[in-house]
Amino acid sequence: MRNEPSPGMSDLTACPQCDLLLQMGQEARDGRQALVCPRCGSGLYRSNRGSLENMLALACAGMILLVVANAFPVLGLDINGQRTDTTVLGAVDKLWLARMQPVAVLVLLTTILAPLLQLAAVIWLVLPLRLGRRPPAFARVFRVLQLVRPWAMTEVLILGMLVAMVKLAHFADLLPGIGIWSFGALMLLLTALTAMTEPRELWRNWEAAGK
Amino acid sequence: MNALQAAGRKLAQCETCGLIGQPAVDPHCRRCGSKLELRRENSIQRTAALLIAGFALYLPANLLPIMETRSMFGMQEDTIMSGVIYLWTSGSWVLASVVFIASVAVPLLKLISLSLLVVSVRWRWRGHALPRARLYRLLETIGRWSMLDVYVVAILVALVQVQSLAAIAPGSGVLAFAAVVVLSMLATMAFDPRLIWDPISDETGKGAKS
Repeated sequence: MRNEPSPGMSDLTACPQCDLLLQMGQEARDGRQALVCPRCGSGLYRSNRGSLENMLALACAGMILLVVANAFPVLGLDINGQRTDTTVLGAVDKLWLARMQPVAVLVLLTTILAPLLQLAAVIWLVLPLRLGRRPPAFARVFRVLQLVRPWAMTEVLILGMLVAMVKLAHFADLLPGIGIWSFGALMLLLTALTAMTEPRELWRNWEAAGK
Repeated sequence: MNALQAAGRKLAQCETCGLIGQPAVDPHCRRCGSKLELRRENSIQRTAALLIAGFALYLPANLLPIMETRSMFGMQEDTIMSGVIYLWTSGSWVLASVVFIASVAVPLLKLISLSLLVVSVRWRWRGHALPRARLYRLLETIGRWSMLDVYVVAILVALVQVQSLAAIAPGSGVLAFAAVVVLSMLATMAFDPRLIWDPISDETGKGAKS
């Protein structure tokens, strides 16, 4: 094997924020103990809270919610009996037609594509691991997961819809749709899923699955 | 402080899977195959370039209209600030403050504080490393909230269409504004927070030579 570690290197870790070299005890290595950098205070490892089953359940529920959230209108308006409503995809479409293509793509990416990729990546990584197998292209999918996570902004979208509602409340009756509740639930679920996804834990399972 | 940087021992932690490796021996992580680096490549230059682009677009983002409302009473153009003022005068003080913080204060403070971090790292300041490290972690978490106004415009544009009493169209400001948010997020990702600690570890002769 290339790049063979020197003896004792397996219980070394470094703080990703300040590069402090740290020795891990057995407890921390097995994920039974949280680890906080003693120098800069950033959380290195959470103690292992999310089991593979929990992650899988959340990711599947998230997929269903994402479909529902996009199939139904998030918000509707009633102006003197005249009704209009919109889905998030409808809003993306209107931005595109208004020749704001970059903004349309950004909204699509941050509200639909990034959550979709995050959920799909978690299922891709966790389902085979749960069955004791190594998923194909594990490292690549894992990198995709890390890359898209900062761009999934469901919670910001919810706040944006609230602000839009307040701005419209004065001249129309508002009809919150099924979509907005689904996005709300999706927000809670994605937050829980992100908190549960512990990179070290996934890689430990990956190593165990190869044996 | 007699702290030891991993880089001082020519060790690097894989940014993908967290395994420690020796980039001098093999530039790729032995577990996941990602590129191993002691520090993110050209971190200072890339962060600075993205910041300059962000600053350049900050003024148009705030001065150009983000929304144009056409109604029978004529046309009204809204900037980000006029949206905040509208929320304030209509009695939603909490939301007005939230939008002001997310759309006006956070982007500017983020650009300024990240610039400060870049300057501090470039000229290898030694003081206040802990507050600077905390500042960076704060920037990582709050940047996303600036997307708020982009979503507000997207929803309003989709809902208020020609068949209603008024029609709302996005203004060019929203393009600049979205660009500021994306650029400042990319700048935060390009910055390597480990550089903050290098001058301190170098005092003990064990830090990274990057």
